[in-house]
Amino acid sequence: MSDQEAKPAKKPKVPRQKMPEQNPIERAHNFYEVALGYDNDLALLEASRCLQCKKPSCMKGCPVEVDIPDFVAMVKAGDLIGASWKIKEKNSLPRIAGRVCPQESQCESKCVVGAKGKNEPCAIGRLERYVADYAAIHGDGKLPELPKPTGLKVGIVGSGPAGLTMAGALIKKGVAVTVFEALHELGGVLVYGIPEFRLPKAIVRAEVEELRRMGVEFKTNWVIGRIETVDDLLEKRKFDGVFIGSGAGAPLFLRIPGENLNGVYSANEFLTRANLMKAYMFPEADTPVAKGRRVVVFGGGNVAMDAARTSLRLGAQEVTIVYRRTMAELPARAEEVHHAEEEGVKFELLSAPLEIIGNETGWAVGLKLQKMQLGEPDASGRRRPEAIPGAIYEKECDTVIVAIGNAANPLVPTTTKNLETNKWGNIVADPETGKTTKDRVWAGGDIVTGAATVILAMGAGRKAALSMIDTFKL
Amino acid sequence: MFEILEKERIGPGVNRAVISAPAIAEAHRPGQFIILRTTENGERIPLTVADKDVEKGTITLVWQEVGATTYYMSTMCVGEKFQDICGPLGTPTHIEKFGTVIGVGGGIGVAPLYPITKGMHAAGNHVISIIGARTEGLLIMTEDIRKVSDELIISTDDGSFGVHGFVTQVLQGLIDKGQQIDLVVAIGPVPMMKAVVNVTKKANLPTVVSLNPIMVDGTGMCGACRVEVGGKTMFGCVDGPEFDGLQVDFDLLMKRLAMYKGPELIALNNFRETPRGCQCTFPGGA
Ligand SMILES: Cc1cc2nc3c(=O)[nH]c(=O)nc-3n(C[C@H](O)[C@H](O)[C@H](O)COP(=O)(O)OP(=O)(O)OC[C@H]3O[C@@H](n4cnc5c(N)ncnc54)[C@H](O)[C@@H]3O)c2cc1C
Ligand SMILES: Cc1cc2nc3c(=O)[nH]c(=O)nc-3n(C[C@H](O)[C@H](O)[C@H](O)COP(=O)(O)OP(=O)(O)OC[C@H]3O[C@@H](n4cnc5c(N)ncnc54)[C@H](O)[C@@H]3O)c2cc1C
Ligand code: SF4
Ligand code: FES
Repeated sequence: MSDQEAKPAKKPKVPRQKMPEQNPIERAHNFYEVALGYDNDLALLEASRCLQCKKPSCMKGCPVEVDIPDFVAMVKAGDLIGASWKIKEKNSLPRIAGRVCPQESQCESKCVVGAKGKNEPCAIGRLERYVADYAAIHGDGKLPELPKPTGLKVGIVGSGPAGLTMAGALIKKGVAVTVFEALHELGGVLVYGIPEFRLPKAIVRAEVEELRRMGVEFKTNWVIGRIETVDDLLEKRKFDGVFIGSGAGAPLFLRIPGENLNGVYSANEFLTRANLMKAYMFPEADTPVAKGRRVVVFGGGNVAMDAARTSLRLGAQEVTIVYRRTMAELPARAEEVHHAEEEGVKFELLSAPLEIIGNETGWAVGLKLQKMQLGEPDASGRRRPEAIPGAIYEKECDTVIVAIGNAANPLVPTTTKNLETNKWGNIVADPETGKTTKDRVWAGGDIVTGAATVILAMGAGRKAALSMIDTFKL
Repeated sequence: MFEILEKERIGPGVNRAVISAPAIAEAHRPGQFIILRTTENGERIPLTVADKDVEKGTITLVWQEVGATTYYMSTMCVGEKFQDICGPLGTPTHIEKFGTVIGVGGGIGVAPLYPITKGMHAAGNHVISIIGARTEGLLIMTEDIRKVSDELIISTDDGSFGVHGFVTQVLQGLIDKGQQIDLVVAIGPVPMMKAVVNVTKKANLPTVVSLNPIMVDGTGMCGACRVEVGGKTMFGCVDGPEFDGLQVDFDLLMKRLAMYKGPELIALNNFRETPRGCQCTFPGGA
């Protein structure tokens, strides 16, 4: 493990401890979690790398400002339960964040140990995961003490990370909370999008169960904008406040010929069938999904990686990610790209789709692709891909997954009076408080920011909860 | 919640159940549907709310046995509960006083047509209903439809009951006769809706059809329900299920409906081999 030669005079430097993982060949065919988690020895070694900085820069990189040096110190001292409470002061879903947060661009990117580029940063995320998993198994399961009910009640639309965080923060202040969720399971993207092999559903379920035990009421199969509107919640049900955390769930398509052929999926549909509906268990579970032999995924983000890796696990022979820029510009987490490559996902770079070719029964059988090259940087600072004139080629495939992003789902905004949205349909809300243009209505998470991250959604839920608590003078 | 209160077989392979779902009953408008799951591992399937009773807090579903889920539903008995029912979903039918409205229903399509007919009739329209089936035994809900129609014409393909012929021939007959028609609403198997539109297109009659694409979430999140209308891609579950029939690409819809033919057969065989529950309305077996 350690490839650094220890000089006898100096204390040996401990390298960043690797995450134990399932071996790539085996895991490419199962849905068990890829990362197996630290054990106690690894956690202690890794914790020993933290310098306990007086002015910890890592905390500035964390969107919810977890007290990182404090919790790491508690790990060193062997107080894992204490460490878990320390994290929970700021982050109510640490088992989830420890698994899906892009730490390399957040806390760990700011860590002093890694600052000079000579050493790798302290593995804060892996420690967070270890601590939170330990507490979930070995903790006494006691709930935080709850204050007397205040008589106030709040309705939350959507049970994604934004809504769940909001619910936890308010119930702890004695506010009665009801969460309305459109789907039959709670957790939003955490259960329908992010695959089991990255985030086991049992973890999300346990977090939801804890909120339920604290008294949060959940109503599933409840589509706000259809069965009731936000205005109904305020006027008829007399909620004192409503928080909208309905996510960014409206898939974008490529707008090219052949997009409605059979075998062409949005990543949302493909992942929902595979995760939420358990299509990998078909026919024991009733929902099918096309088990492609040659699968092509368009896009370069985490969602594309998830779709590609899920396809492999469903039994595809060849899975290719087609992306119009190069490896350097892939927006997905480096770790996910690495995992995908290890498992055998192929990357076809500098290539963009022109057309999906179908057969007479309406099934996709191939693609017409355009070779690209990188030109001048665009507004986002990334070099703009340009078509190479005449460089058009074809590629065989039977399944196409479009993972080029999600737009705001208009169902809630269009059915709520006096709620302002921007030109992309996202709800306009104050970034500090989550307050919308409508009285007594707050919003946060992907529905406000557009598709972002779990931790930002949690941060938004937390800020809005604080703003509500402030407004209600609790 | 979602307990089956009444259940009966109303035709070969067709069942009707009254289910406790007070909140859905209250919010439901004609043209809307629900998505249900029978059990923990069940598929999400859409079914139209064929009727409701707000006071009793019930909705009525009518389904035809075509695959694993609908066959399974037929083995569910009074007192049993559905795992989930989500609704109401979809954009409600645009109901107003148009004048004379013709409702054309084929096969199982008569069930979704019923609440719309009821709504159109209550809005003061002169409603002419044309109901068809392959043969007399397959006609469903004719008495229900009769109660909310000003005129009812029944046709069977084999002439065993009513007019001998297709519903499109009856419709063509009305047009040829010079019948005033302000709106046509057609619901049934895709080939039937396509045939109706072929007739109404020539006569330039506004035509609403209700499409039944494969769905998953029903909230606009997945795009499984994509249909093309006027060359534009729309989501059946939120933009529909009703669309301007003159603009719909029916051939695409038919191809997309066949997307899971293979797996569906596997699921059905699997179902046949699994011991099942109550058989009270399930005489023939799958
Ligand atoms: C495949 C995939 C992988 C991802 N991987 C990562 C990752 O590794 N790390 C990371 O940080 N982020 C990741 N993300 C992004 C992250 O999941 C989202 O940014 C985050 O979940 C947003 O949280 P949210 O609470 O705003 O909304 P969501 O999680 O989208 O939850 C919104 C909920 O609201 C419900 N809802 C919507 N409309 C209504 C309505 N009208 N009535 C009632 N309920 C409604 C929805 O059903 C949903 O359950 C990923 C996203 C996807 C799709
Ligand atoms: C808005 C809407 C309203 C509907 N209303 C009714 C109704 O009132 N009564 C009725 O009998 N049927 C109705 N249907 C059709 C019904 O949903 C399908 O018959 C049912 O899903 C078949 O499921 P299965 O498992 O029994 O059969 P399967 O073997 O799974 O499928 C048989 C056929 O049904 C279609 N189908 C399969 N899965 C779905 C799905 N998830 N969503 C939609 N179609 C699917 C496909 O064309 C398939 O080939 C409606 C469909 C839609 C979209
Ligand atoms: S910056 Fe790194 S070393 Fe300093 S406290 Fe944070 S984790 Fe520890
Ligand atoms: S069913 Fe998923 S978007 Fe319509």
